[in-house]
Amino acid sequence: MLHDKDRIFTDIYGEKGPGLEQAKARGDYDGLKDLILLGRAEIVDRVKKSGLRGRGGAGFPTGLKWSFMPKETDGGPVYLVVNADESEPGTCKDREIMRHEPHKLVEGCILAAVGMGCTAGYIYIRGEYVREAEALERALAEAYDAGLLGRDILGTGLDFELYLHRGAGAYICGEETGLIESLEGKKGQPRLKPPFPAMVGLYGRPTTVNNVETIAVVPTILRRGAEWFAGLGRENNTGTKLFCISGHVNHPCTVEEEMSIPLRELIDKHCGGVRGGWDNLKAVIPGGSSVPLLPKDICDTIRMDFDDLRNVQSGLGTAAVIVMDQSTDVIKAIARLSKFYMHESCGQCTPCREGTGWLWRVMTRLVEGRARVEEIDMLYDVTKEIEGHTICALGDAAAWPVQGLIRHFRPEIEARIRAAAGKTDQMAAS
Amino acid sequence: MPKLTINGQEVEVPAGATVFQACELAGFEVPHFCFHPRLNIAGNCRMCLVEIEKAPKPVASCAMPAAEGMVVHTNTPTVKKAQKGVLELLLINHPLDCPICDQGGECDLQDLTLLYGPDSSRFAENKRPVADKYLGPLISTHMTRCIHCTRCVRFINEIAGIEELGATGRGEHMEIGTWVEAAITSELSGNIIDLCPVGALNSKPYEYTARTWELRKHEGIDVMDAVGSSIRIDTRGNEVMRILPRLHEDVNEEWIADKTRFAYDGLKRRRLDKPWVKKDGKLQPATWPEAFDAIRAGLDGLKGKQIAGIVGDQVDLEAMVAFKDLMAAFESPHVDCRQDGAKLAQPRASYLFNTTIAGIEQADAILLIGTFPRHEAPLVNARIRKRYRMGGLQVGRIGCPGDLTYPVTDLGAGPPTLAELAAGKHDFGAVLEAAERPMLILGTGALARDDGGRILGLARQVAERYGMVQEAWNGFNVLHRAASRVGGLDLGLVPGKGGKDVASILQAAAKGQVKAVYLLGADEIETEALADAFVIYQGSHGDRGAHVADVILPGAAYTEKPATWVNTEGRPQRSPAAAFPPGDAKEDWKILRALSAALGHTLAYDTLAQVRARIKEVAPHLALMDRIEPAPWAAFGASGAADETPFTAPITDYYRTCPISRASATMAACVEEIVGQAEKATGTHG
Repeated sequence: MLHDKDRIFTDIYGEKGPGLEQAKARGDYDGLKDLILLGRAEIVDRVKKSGLRGRGGAGFPTGLKWSFMPKETDGGPVYLVVNADESEPGTCKDREIMRHEPHKLVEGCILAAVGMGCTAGYIYIRGEYVREAEALERALAEAYDAGLLGRDILGTGLDFELYLHRGAGAYICGEETGLIESLEGKKGQPRLKPPFPAMVGLYGRPTTVNNVETIAVVPTILRRGAEWFAGLGRENNTGTKLFCISGHVNHPCTVEEEMSIPLRELIDKHCGGVRGGWDNLKAVIPGGSSVPLLPKDICDTIRMDFDDLRNVQSGLGTAAVIVMDQSTDVIKAIARLSKFYMHESCGQCTPCREGTGWLWRVMTRLVEGRARVEEIDMLYDVTKEIEGHTICALGDAAAWPVQGLIRHFRPEIEARIRAAAGKTDQMAAS
Repeated sequence: MPKLTINGQEVEVPAGATVFQACELAGFEVPHFCFHPRLNIAGNCRMCLVEIEKAPKPVASCAMPAAEGMVVHTNTPTVKKAQKGVLELLLINHPLDCPICDQGGECDLQDLTLLYGPDSSRFAENKRPVADKYLGPLISTHMTRCIHCTRCVRFINEIAGIEELGATGRGEHMEIGTWVEAAITSELSGNIIDLCPVGALNSKPYEYTARTWELRKHEGIDVMDAVGSSIRIDTRGNEVMRILPRLHEDVNEEWIADKTRFAYDGLKRRRLDKPWVKKDGKLQPATWPEAFDAIRAGLDGLKGKQIAGIVGDQVDLEAMVAFKDLMAAFESPHVDCRQDGAKLAQPRASYLFNTTIAGIEQADAILLIGTFPRHEAPLVNARIRKRYRMGGLQVGRIGCPGDLTYPVTDLGAGPPTLAELAAGKHDFGAVLEAAERPMLILGTGALARDDGGRILGLARQVAERYGMVQEAWNGFNVLHRAASRVGGLDLGLVPGKGGKDVASILQAAAKGQVKAVYLLGADEIETEALADAFVIYQGSHGDRGAHVADVILPGAAYTEKPATWVNTEGRPQRSPAAAFPPGDAKEDWKILRALSAALGHTLAYDTLAQVRARIKEVAPHLALMDRIEPAPWAAFGASGAADETPFTAPITDYYRTCPISRASATMAACVEEIVGQAEKATGTHG
């Protein structure tokens, strides 16, 4: 369990205030000038050493990603884009950072800008986050007033402009290239890769897109040292992480914890346990709606990190833990996610555009048992036609929950079909 | 030059090639829908997935750059499964209405499904309904068939250069459309019908009139403008059912303009299908001998100087050479092929599009003078836009304002600006000076006026001053708009010694000095002046010329005769006949040959081959098909100050410029719905 002294987000519950003064009192911006003066190579090196992996879902090593940015440019703009389009169902970690600790994000942006030679940054915040956008705007204004943003920051010669851009509420605009398109004023549709944003990104310039949490933890890592961060969690899954636990627990919450904490410990310690006790647990979606769910027997022992969850064919995702107890109609729950992905598919490429609707329609029938048992296999096959064949990962995200359901709850689906068929038989007989 | 291994076969491809291109080079077909070599890569159909070793999942080959040492597989079970899956997904919402779909028989989705698709569907749900869209009088839509490849969107935005088509909605509710319902205003819009891999976008006039396998396909050359686009004429029986583009990289690439594609219904209307002779002040049907008798009577006793001949805009070389010989037999010097009155004559370099259409891609600065190429030659305009999209092009324009689909610097309205440039006193001179391969395009809006000769002279000065004429580069261009003009000029159909040009012929006819006028397909003239003259009209349509005629000789339209055409570049091209002329109508050179015999001036050829030999005698370079004889530079143009009158665009109504397009109901609908919507549209449509 994480000790208070190792906590990065010391005011994640908003008890002390989000203003610049309160942030400074908590240690933000402390020694920022020295950190800026560390220089580009040193910052990237320390981030690499810390083992920080992207907190947006895919878990790509942040330092490595930063090192992809061209070392020398033609002098034109280079962009940092912060993905604050937190739309993954179940996820509510970035919003806590933005409304209660916005200066962690601002400071992180400044240091990321040094690490990648960025001349400007855009924070793309989802449109529904109205208060969070206001909080960020206040923080940006404070930072500009204090000379922490703009020209010649703290006399270091660093020029960096940071802007806030509000999205219009499309899930797909949280995909990094879809976000870039949207930021450019176009229809939010992911781009083909290659070229990767680090080469051709926003307005055709080198760009790196990072998640809010990823950026917000950087100042503390640099301040306390890569070794400190790497010392938390376990190898390849280092540091602390904000977990958002929702669903059938006694006290749903967002909490910063050490990486690799056992799921059961996370739920029992911070959420007052599963409603009705651990044995009342049916399934857990461990990382936001796009990762496959886990049945109770896996939940008993699983550790919450990238590698352990991948080994059970799921993923850490955004670390949004959705807990479902025995009262849950798990088929209906996944059907609802299918509807979400159908609604949010951008429509650009074939498998996702056509497939997500198909999945939802079959799932809807499965909820009522209006199907044949063979259709379960067909459904699984259709998810395989979508998975891995699309431009972006939304296709995968739509396929995985259904795959997880079939993998772990097939008997329940079959029982539902048999029950419905039995009912029809009875009606026919009477 | 990266080297790849594809299905075990090594292949070396040019740098910058994609995996898709590499596969094609190695001889492996990769199925695809959204990819088109002339459009930006979209990568959205996912049909071209291949396996690349070390890549975690199948890769869309159309969008993946080929890299050294890549090992690609196009025929593994994974790839086949992916292809089958994509097709199954494309088909779940695609209606199975192939039996009534116009695309049936030439449909990419049909073909690829046969080769790569599943044998049956597992989709048991309802298909998606989509409302059809209105895109104007040329394109009909069946949006349930749309597979969202976005080729049409990319064509309209990238190549046609107007932002009128896009996708709205997302997921399975994504629809292609115009957002605000309106006809597409591009002159190239018809090409999206060809680009559509399914039957979502169809030709509205052609729809439901024929099945592709009933059609006979004929090669042809277009005469709606002076570009000479390569076309395919599809006929059923003797009827032209539709016109499609043929590939010609140097002329039209694989596009054609809407007038070329859709004006063919004009071939079936207002046709002259028998000779007519005016008796008692009224035109009456007649036989060929009666018509020839009437001409003999009409010309009886007239001297050569009292007879004049005007050649129209869509006359083939064969007819023109026979006409030239006939007029020579009459000893008439009054022959002119420049119906519009453009002040053009020898040397040849002064009236050709010397740079060539493909050559536009090499230019780095273009000066447009008295031309609006978007209307006069949409494909030349598309080529300029193509050059613009490559980057580093500057376009200046004198006169003829309007949207050309690329940025243009307006320098002035008329000759004074041109004179400033010629004198080196205009700012744009610096641009031309700095350009390595500058070019100018002189339109008939600048030439077809009284001071046209002086403007031509000024343009030559500009060309010479700014180094537009260099070794291996000639940047002096005249953009004609009549398919017969360069051929006519090459054959020397201009007034002889003491001869009159079109304007003088008309004046003289009004005064009674010229008593007989032979109009060879000439309709774009002030026909009132001919009221008192004896007028012979030979042509295909009952248009303006026929209205004042005393004798009408029915000729063949461009699809109905084996003919040679010379485009604005000076490129001779030949097309065979695709259909027969209607009724008693004949090929034009044959009419002239028969008439010559009836008048006692028998022309010295009896067969097409002999006529063509005669063409070669007059202009040897016109015997070599599809080859441009470069014209040597020489002095031309008159000197002296030109008027200050601004240049006006030579075409005010793009859709109706010739007898065929004026007879076309489709073109009339375009005027009403496309041009009309701009005139009457308000913010709320009324």
